[in-house]
Formats: sequence, C-alpha cells, structure tokens
Amino acid sequence: MSLVSKSLLLSIRTSTTRLMSRCFSSGLTKSAINSQYLKVAQPKLLPIRQTILARYSTETKQKIDEMVKSDDVVIFMKGTADQPMCGFSKAVVDILNMHGVQFKSFNVLSDEEIRSGIKEYSNWPTIPQIFFKGEFIGGCDILLEMHRGGELIDELSKIGIKSKLEED
Amino acid sequence: MPVLQSHVENKLKENLNPIFLKVEDFSDGCGFKYNVFVVSKDFEGKGLLQRQRLVNEILKEEMSEIHALTQKCVTPEQWEKMVAENPNLSNENQVEKPNDSTKKCEFHQH
Repeated sequence: MSLVSKSLLLSIRTSTTRLMSRCFSSGLTKSAINSQYLKVAQPKLLPIRQTILARYSTETKQKIDEMVKSDDVVIFMKGTADQPMCGFSKAVVDILNMHGVQFKSFNVLSDEEIRSGIKEYSNWPTIPQIFFKGEFIGGCDILLEMHRGGELIDELSKIGIKSKLEED
Repeated sequence: MPVLQSHVENKLKENLNPIFLKVEDFSDGCGFKYNVFVVSKDFEGKGLLQRQRLVNEILKEEMSEIHALTQKCVTPEQWEKMVAENPNLSNENQVEKPNDSTKKCEFHQH
C-alpha cells in the first residue's frame, strides 16, 4: 500500500512542477506526510466533539447546505488554501491548483460546528471533503485517484470548468 | 501489531472477502493512522465514492479512534493489471514503509 500511496502522492508533487509527467522516484512521502503542518492530533477533544455532533441541527444542516452550494467547487479543509494545516488538505489544494480550478475553501479548524456537521452532512468521516456544484465528490484519496486516472478533467468539464491540464 | 490494526484487518476480511488485503500502520507506533489496500469483488460495479463508503461503513466504530485512513479499493480485474505492471505489489516484503520514527500524529483527518 505504501508503495501505491507513495506513487500517488509522488504523482502530485511531480505534477506540480512538471504537470502530468509521472515520475516514480522515491523520497516524497516524507515531506507530504510528515510535513511541518501543525500538530492537530488531539484525542482529548473527542468527548467535546461528540457532544457537538449530537447537536447537529437542522440549522447547521441548512448552513452547510448553503456553504457547499456557494461555489462550483467547494472544499472543507484544515487550514486555508494558502496555509493548509494537514497533508491531506494540502494535497487537495495542490491538485485543484494544478488543474487551475477556482474554488472556495472553508477551514473546519476555525469552526467546530462545521467540522463535525460536515461529516454528518455528507456521511463521510474525514476531512478534507470536496464538493462540485453542491454534490459530494469524496475525500483526498478519491480526488487523487480521479486526478491520476484522468477522470478529474472530465468531472470538471461536466460542471463547466476547463482544466488547465486538458489537452486542446 | 497494535490491537486496532489486527482488528481492522479482521473486520475487512470478514466483510469484504478480499483477494488481497494490506493494512498498514503509518503512525510509527501510535496505531491510529492506516493505509488500507483492499482487492475485493464487492467493489465491482461501484464508483470510487461507493467503494470507500463501503469500507467506511465497515469501520464505522473504529473510525472514531482512527486519526487518518487512506484507502485504495480495487476490483480483482484492476488488481491483475496492477500486478502485471508491478509484480512486487503482491509481495509483502517489497512494500516500502515510512521510516521516520521521530514524528508522531502530526496530522489526522478528523
């Protein structure tokens, strides 16, 4: 698996500089995974989060509903697009940037209600989460796989966005 | 092997009847971050999202403990192609592991 995920991440990193070229050398994952982005592991916060989760309300749902539809491409991530606070969130931002996609991002670290609410909303347990025209696409793994397999270009074109990586 | 890891493996084995399964702990010991690679017939006819939803559902209880889970869910057909391209894939010993033991739990997906 590690090999596979390494290649996946590698493909992103390389693509950043050399677009779609796929190079399988080693040594990337470390920086992607053990990146300096923040220490966010806080198991002790779990009880608080669960309490808030229990309070997932119609109001929260409505708010999130508006958020996911607020742009063609919306992501819920840790940190901001300029300063992602998690390797997975960073990967998502990198992929979208690589395709030249304009997107709106919400930082779940700054809003506990949204952080737990979005997981309920999309019935998906992890962050980041990606939405196209209000429709849930998936998390980091899925976007990566779509990117590698070329489906991302098609999915973007379905919502009227031309990827920078699309060949004329 | 942390209890959680074998537990995760067993659950996936029971529910997906996988042809190939690899659960890898990349947390350097804290036992809460996993790479999961599953090859199963159950993924046939399902998109990426549905496949991962299936795995998430199986690991629903464990997900509250797991900090990060990356998944690669492929069908037997896809798997054959992958092995044809890279025979080392099916060989456990050839799979590289992250070797930086100084960092722990720097990020997680929850």
